[in-house]
This record gives sequence, structure tokens and C-alpha cells, in this order.
Amino acid sequence: MSEIPSGLKYAKTHEWVEELHDGTVRVGITDHAQELLGDMVFVELPEVGAAVHAGQECAVVESVKAASDVYSPVDGEVVAVNERLADSPELVNQDPYGDGWIMQVRLADDAEPGELMGADDYAAMVESEEAE
Amino acid sequence: MNESPLIFEQSRPGRRNPAHAPEAPARPVDMPAELLREAPPALPEVSEMQVVRHYTRLSQRNFAIDTQFYPLGSCTMKYNPRACNTLAMLPGFLGRHPLAPVATGQGLLACLFELQEILKTVTGMQGVSLAPMAGAQGEFAGIAMIRAYHDARGDTARREILVPDAAHGTNPATAVMCGYTAREIPTDAQGDVDLEALRAAVGPQTAGLMLTNPSTLGVFERRIIEIAGIVHEAGGLLYYDGANLNAILGKVRPGDMGFDVIHLNLHKTFSTPHGGGGPGAGPVGVGERLLPYLPLPIVAREGETYRWLEESDRPHSIGRLSAFGGNMGVLLRAYVYARLLGREGMERVAEYATLNANYLMARLREAGFEPAFPERRATHEFIITLRRQARELGVNAMDFAKRLLDHGMHAPTTYFPLLVPECFLIEPTETEDKATLDAFAAAMAAIQHEAETRPETVKTAPHTLPVRRLDDVRAARELDLVWEGDEGKP
Repeated sequence: MSEIPSGLKYAKTHEWVEELHDGTVRVGITDHAQELLGDMVFVELPEVGAAVHAGQECAVVESVKAASDVYSPVDGEVVAVNERLADSPELVNQDPYGDGWIMQVRLADDAEPGELMGADDYAAMVESEEAE
Repeated sequence: MNESPLIFEQSRPGRRNPAHAPEAPARPVDMPAELLREAPPALPEVSEMQVVRHYTRLSQRNFAIDTQFYPLGSCTMKYNPRACNTLAMLPGFLGRHPLAPVATGQGLLACLFELQEILKTVTGMQGVSLAPMAGAQGEFAGIAMIRAYHDARGDTARREILVPDAAHGTNPATAVMCGYTAREIPTDAQGDVDLEALRAAVGPQTAGLMLTNPSTLGVFERRIIEIAGIVHEAGGLLYYDGANLNAILGKVRPGDMGFDVIHLNLHKTFSTPHGGGGPGAGPVGVGERLLPYLPLPIVAREGETYRWLEESDRPHSIGRLSAFGGNMGVLLRAYVYARLLGREGMERVAEYATLNANYLMARLREAGFEPAFPERRATHEFIITLRRQARELGVNAMDFAKRLLDHGMHAPTTYFPLLVPECFLIEPTETEDKATLDAFAAAMAAIQHEAETRPETVKTAPHTLPVRRLDDVRAARELDLVWEGDEGKP
């Protein structure tokens, strides 16, 4: 069973959101997602300043198996990206909730809370996907 | 490990091979001095025997359809009959210059014309162009024709191509290359296109739908007539990706299913050699509406003579995709293959490809493997998922794939389609016999037993090949294919 920290919010498309309490959030992909994708070879990051929209593509993670879109879980503006991923995409595998973060987003003023889940709901979703 | 050095590394200054040197070295005439080399090129200086040994050894390391079972799903790695090579290499074909007068190449043009007619008949389309040089270029040509059709009608708001999520990655890539955006349509639990989602997605922005049928999930799209109706009613056109035509060759025709345009992979369905990246051939076929836009050149018959149709004959053509007539050697092999089979033979291709796939699926099921779509009959290929092995034994699809190599069999396609976790997409093709299929099932059962008892053996496979487990991450990130010589060496 993959790791699902309780303090984070999760999107159906396997991204996590960490509330940084300064109007911004940090976003990455979950441990479960990186396990499914396998060893990362490349991460295409969004540009700082770019607008992102909940449910829309914001980055691409490419593993030895496949290239997959990462969907922004929130509306807002990218204020920072994890530059270390350019040289060390394996951080997404090694530490998906820490050094493997992808982007930091300033939430739009009118941002809706969206359809994010708590850890328990996300864990249940992952379990039901695996049992299918 | 590297007991076979590069041919460059075997070079010794001054070693010559006069028996193979040109008799009178060509001298450049009218070549500006600044374009001439100052030093000779860094070609390896080796003997004839070194060359023979080097390349013979390399060829022995090949894993190929000529030496091994090669059930690579969605690739149709069928045996390439030698007659096709022999006839395509007749001196009249080999020696023909592409700019030689048409009057002296009527035989070649007759073959190409007949190939166009055969492909038209077997796909149920109204016109065929052999020009695209590969499947990807065929896709490009197909979508470019759809775009030309809409644009010619002033219907320029259509900017979206629908692509099922089971599609080959080339489909959305092609749509984007042609200036469209790709919109994904989900697949239902039975492997069919989700019709409700399709209905909700079509509209005045829909340029077309790209569909592979049978799909990459190894099942036939059962509601294809309904799908065609939905897309056509919305004003879109239907594109048929010919990757899996082998399953239905001579049985069902894409034209009869409602498709407006199709590309064929001759290197798959028509058994021309493919491997090492080509060359391929990706002819396109079209229905009535797209006829004016076919890429050039096309061969026409006028009375008893043949000629190339040019821009003046087809002013609305999307244009040329290569300098000359396409990959002639590939087209000729496909022509011979089609003539060898005939109509009856083509039906047997589909029947035996499907029989072999269903037989192998049943054998693997008996051995305890889990088909991804157990209720569905397989087409020419099928999917098993090794997610249980990955979860319970820590041995994943890639480990099984590598271990199969030790059993002398090429691995099936792994981790594609993306919809099925830890999957194998297995396509035995019609040219394999029962003994080979049984041997594959036995190898899979043996690996399963190993995974349960000695998982490390599977996880560190292969053990018997010239190279062991490769570092996929490094290969993707630090790809190094160029010999750059010994800098600073005299």
C-alpha cells in the first residue's frame, strides 16, 4: 500500500495539494501515481507566472513506461516550480510528497474549493481501483 | 561485457581492404574548394575478415522474427515470406531510376496500380494513394485530408479531433501536428468506446474521430455503426487507424463500417519487414468525399498504359509527402504478398490470426493468468494483466518480459495500452503454429512458478543474453548513439 499523508488534499487524477497558509499551495503527484508510472526520466514543468486551472493539464511526467499529463488540482497562478526536477526527475519517485514537489500556486481569489478529497477518501479510491 | 568492440575501435592505421576499394576513385568536379575535406574521413581501417566477423557477430545477437517468436502486440510481427523479397529485388525493379521515363517503367507502375486497387477493394474505400512513407505519415496525410475537406467547405470552426483513450499515442500527436486539438473519449468497462461520452463530446467543433478497430484493447468495437452515425450527424469524419487491420482482413471492410479515411501499415498487415525503425509504408484510402485531397503521386491507368497523376490532375491534393513515389521496395513486397494470398488467403490471415490469439489466451488463462477482458472474444491480440503478480509477489510485467527473453521468445508489448495496469499486449499472428503457442504458454507458467519460488531470478532477468538488465532510465536520459572518435589522437 502506498503512502498517503493525512495532512494533504488529493485529486481524483492522483495529484496532492499542500496548504501553505500564505495563500499558496504546493502540488505534486502521489506515491501511488509514481509507483504506477515507474522510474521518471523527465518532468516538463509549467512556467512561473502561468495561469493554471483545476482539472487542466499543467505539467508532464515521463517515465520509462509512458508520458502522462499532470492536472492542476486548483485554479491560480504558478509562483514557483521545482527546478531540481530538471536534473533529478527521480526525486518524484524517491520523495513524492517532499523533494519531488512540482509547482507552487497562488490560489485565484475566486478559487472554488473544487473536488479535492481527504486522505481517507483518496485511500479508499486507490483501494477500489486496485480491486477492480 | 563489451566483448564486441565497435568497428571503429578495431581500426588500425594503414590497414586496407583493396579487394573492395573502388577501381577508379571518383574525383569531385566543380566542387568549391571550401567544401572539400582537408583530411580524409575517419572511416575504420579494417580487413575484410574483420568486417565479416564483426557484422556476423552483431547479426547473431539479433532477436528477430527470422529467429524467434515475436508476439509484440499491435505490431503484427508476422513472418515475411522470402518470395516477396526475391521478386521485389528483380533487377528491373532494383535498377530503376525514379526519374527514368514512365514509358520504360510500365511494369512497375502496373504493380503499383494493382496494389492500389487491391487495397481499395480490401478496405472498401474509393481511392488509394501509396505515397506516405510510414504509418505516422499516413496518419498525417489522413487528418490533413480531413482538414482540407472542412476548410474547402468554409467549415473552419471544426478544430477538434476526438480520440479514444485506448488509442495509440500517434493519434493525438497527429491531430496536433495538423493544427487540431485532441479530445479524449473514455472507454467503458467492456473495452468499447463510451457512447454517452461520445454523444456529449461531439458538436460543431468536431472535425473527426480517430478510431482503431479492433482497438488496442484487443476487442472489436461492437457499436461501430452507431459511432459512425453519431460522428457523421455532428458533421465530423471518421478516421480508421489501420494498425489492427490484420484481425479483419478480407472479413469486414472499414469502408462498410462508415469510415471516410484509413491508413494501412503495409509493414504490419502486408508482411513487409519492419524492425530497426523501418522502412515502412502507410498508404491512405478514402471515401468519395475525400478523393480530391489524396496525396500525390497516384498511379492512373489510361487504356493500356499507366502514368503518375500530378498536381495538374489533382489540384486539390494535400500535396507530396516524399520526393518520389513512396517506399518502392516496401510497396513491391506488399504487392507480391497480396498476390500470393489472393482474396481467399486474406480471409485466412484474419481467421488464423484470431484463432491463434484466442487459443493462446485460453492456454494462459488455464495457467492462471488474468485476461483484461475475460468476457470478450479476443481479436488478433489480447491483454493479460500481471497486477496480481506485481502486488503479491513483487514481480511485475517488465520482469516477466525480461525473463521470456531467456526462454528464447521476444517479449510481448508491455505497459500498453495505458488503461490496463501491468499489462502484456500479446499478438501471436497467423504465421505461428500450435507448438510455438504451447511453448509460450509453458514459458509463462514456468516464469510464474519461478516468481512464486525464486522471485529474484525473474527480477534480475535476462541471464542468458549478450546484455543483462538495461538501465532504462539512463538510456532515456543520457542516450548516446554517436561515436565521436578519439579526440586528440593522431
